[in-house]
Amino acid sequence: MIGIDRLSVSFGETAILRDVSLTLEPGRITGLVGESGSGKSITALAMIGLLPTGATAQGSINLDGRNLLTLPEAQWLDIRGNDIAMIFQEPMTALNPVQTIGAQVSETLRLNGTPRAEALRIARDRMDRVGLSAIPLDRYPHELSGGQRQRVCIALAIARRPRLLIADEPTTALDVTTQAQILDLLCDLVRADGMSLLLITHDLGVVAGMADHVAVMKRGEIVEQGSTEDLFRTHSHPYTRDLLRASRPVPRAPRPLSGDVVLQARDVTRRYGAVTAVDGISLTLHRGESLGLVGESGCGKSTLTRALLGLEAVQGGTITLLDRPGGAAMTRADRAKISVVFQDPYGSFNPRWPVHRILTEPFHLTGRPADAEARAAEALHQVGLTAADLHKYPHEFSGGQRQRIAIARALITRPEVLVLDEAVSALDVRVRAQVLTLLDDLQARLGLAYLFISHDLTVVRAICDNVLVMQAGRFVEEGPIARVFEDPQDDYTKTLIAAAPMIPADWLEDR
Amino acid sequence: MTGSRLSVAGVVGGGLTALCLLAAALSLIWVPHDITVLTIADRLLPMSATHLLGTDHFGRDMLSMLMEGARTSIAVALVAVGIGLGLGIPLGLAAAAHRGGWLDEIIMRGNDLIFAFPSLVIAILITAVFGPSAVNAILAIGIFNIPVFARVARGGALPLWTLDYVMAARVAGKGRFLISLQHILPNITNLLIVQATIQFSLGILAEAALSYIGLGAQPPTPSWGRMLADAQTLIYTEPQLAILPGLAIVGMVLGLNLLGDALRDALDPRLQRRRA
Repeated sequence: MIGIDRLSVSFGETAILRDVSLTLEPGRITGLVGESGSGKSITALAMIGLLPTGATAQGSINLDGRNLLTLPEAQWLDIRGNDIAMIFQEPMTALNPVQTIGAQVSETLRLNGTPRAEALRIARDRMDRVGLSAIPLDRYPHELSGGQRQRVCIALAIARRPRLLIADEPTTALDVTTQAQILDLLCDLVRADGMSLLLITHDLGVVAGMADHVAVMKRGEIVEQGSTEDLFRTHSHPYTRDLLRASRPVPRAPRPLSGDVVLQARDVTRRYGAVTAVDGISLTLHRGESLGLVGESGCGKSTLTRALLGLEAVQGGTITLLDRPGGAAMTRADRAKISVVFQDPYGSFNPRWPVHRILTEPFHLTGRPADAEARAAEALHQVGLTAADLHKYPHEFSGGQRQRIAIARALITRPEVLVLDEAVSALDVRVRAQVLTLLDDLQARLGLAYLFISHDLTVVRAICDNVLVMQAGRFVEEGPIARVFEDPQDDYTKTLIAAAPMIPADWLEDR
Repeated sequence: MTGSRLSVAGVVGGGLTALCLLAAALSLIWVPHDITVLTIADRLLPMSATHLLGTDHFGRDMLSMLMEGARTSIAVALVAVGIGLGLGIPLGLAAAAHRGGWLDEIIMRGNDLIFAFPSLVIAILITAVFGPSAVNAILAIGIFNIPVFARVARGGALPLWTLDYVMAARVAGKGRFLISLQHILPNITNLLIVQATIQFSLGILAEAALSYIGLGAQPPTPSWGRMLADAQTLIYTEPQLAILPGLAIVGMVLGLNLLGDALRDALDPRLQRRRA
């Protein structure tokens, strides 16, 4: 059994963790949830003795009666991999691209003095254990898919049968169906092999489906912990309540839509060489409508988005925007009628530009109006910021505020269609809920039509009237949001919906 | 704000560089002794109050020679870096803007071609054809700076082209030229500044080498490389004549390299965070 007792970590004067206590029992999954910057990852790094230089830790991490915090690095080498192992968020960068996966999985055993042949035999065994029995050990990471790579990372982590596995956002970079498989595998490892798992995630849906015990973290402190179902049902801390409420947004009720078509695509096809990224797609978007577009990575939704925005020519089909030629054929004035909000609140702005310059950039399409600055201020007001923010720089804002600025930029030319490309996917749940409310509100006030592209079905359900499910360049299902979610017809849609981590509805009902 | 972040190496490097630049600038208006006047009677004087660093075999004041020599070396290196920046950056930005296209291909293969020639041999060729002079030395060194800056600019620009703000600018109807100018260039300036410092020091070395073999600045214009060459025959009897310009070259180049390193650390946001 591994226990953290009153662990505090600080950088100089700044306290990062305060009095964190957590008990990790064998054969159990402990979920550690919280928003970005809450100290989840620092807790994990402290537990594996990899705190960044400059950090000082107090309290204790107990393993077999030893306080690990006081151990010298030489003894940590023995504990890492042997007693405690870790897997990370990004399977693309967690493996060395120039070494075979067999060499990487067996390396940790070889370090321990295991002979090469024996190490490879164990590596094979662990690879079989994580469901990669069909993959030879002499493969390189680039030959595997993202999900397979994450399995290799897990095989590597369990090579020496550690007692505790720390998984830091292990599925955040993966598609929803792959995520479900990896989570199943982790569950199985814990139940069958008696390992203890510390699952760090921002996603309460994942925790609800997996963890036995949950700890909620906020600003370096655990504000509440308990067994999962109890905590979800009877949480007492207001922060937990906010998190839960934000994690399960209310599905949008059916509402009448105007008949005006603003954006239409017919039989749009885009090929790259022999690959058909978008294969004869047709869609219709009405004024004031929110149309969801869901699908996994590589399904063609990005290509379709670029085609609709006119950034990429198509090889077949037609796009119409407000009864005029759309897509790459748009004139500058037409382009001002469709705008876009991207996913990454950190990469969305030139870091050297002040906000007023960022906001007025789309006027390049229409010519800069005399009241450009006033329009920029107005756009900021619409998204809940103030004119005082006009002369600040992007780094002075939080992620949520940046996403508001991105929305303000998209609104500045008074468009009819807003393409929201994973626009809330990088945000913490509470901020995400606020931005979704803002989007709802803007739609009601301005009659905007949204094309809402997301991999997150919960969010799509909260904001969309209709939804399109895309797979391999085609729509496999489309229809009103409630119908598709409650009664999916296509097998792929069913898989997607079943794989999406959800908090059971009745856990939250009585509140 | 940058000053407080500069390391010890940065302060030393900046100090050495500033010293050389100041000496060169001062020589424009004043030097201790006129070096166009040869006073054979004063030849090979040791260091003294009138001649702080002594005199050479023509009786010229060494300190004055070093100051004027600094001016030549720095001017040649500076203009050569200017040529590299002025032509290399647009080429690199254009290549990145047309990534994978024929323009990119032409520019980068042209780069490879220039890289494939040994620079000093080409410099000798240029001066052999057009005659030795400081201007031709500048051209010879400058040409080889172009592909360096083109590569740095392209390499810095490529990852920026995938960022969302570039995408947003494209949605706002901006073309490759405007995007390169407004979004890419300002965000690769730190890379370019660091590279310019390095190329500047290499330029000092190249100028010294060309002048040493008689293909750079011509007499009576002094330069550090020519001073070295002149001192060659006297190296055993009067070693200070070679040591002084040698030290000047080492000091300037070392200073620029230290400064370049420190600037790279100070301008790289990732390194900043690690230090904080």
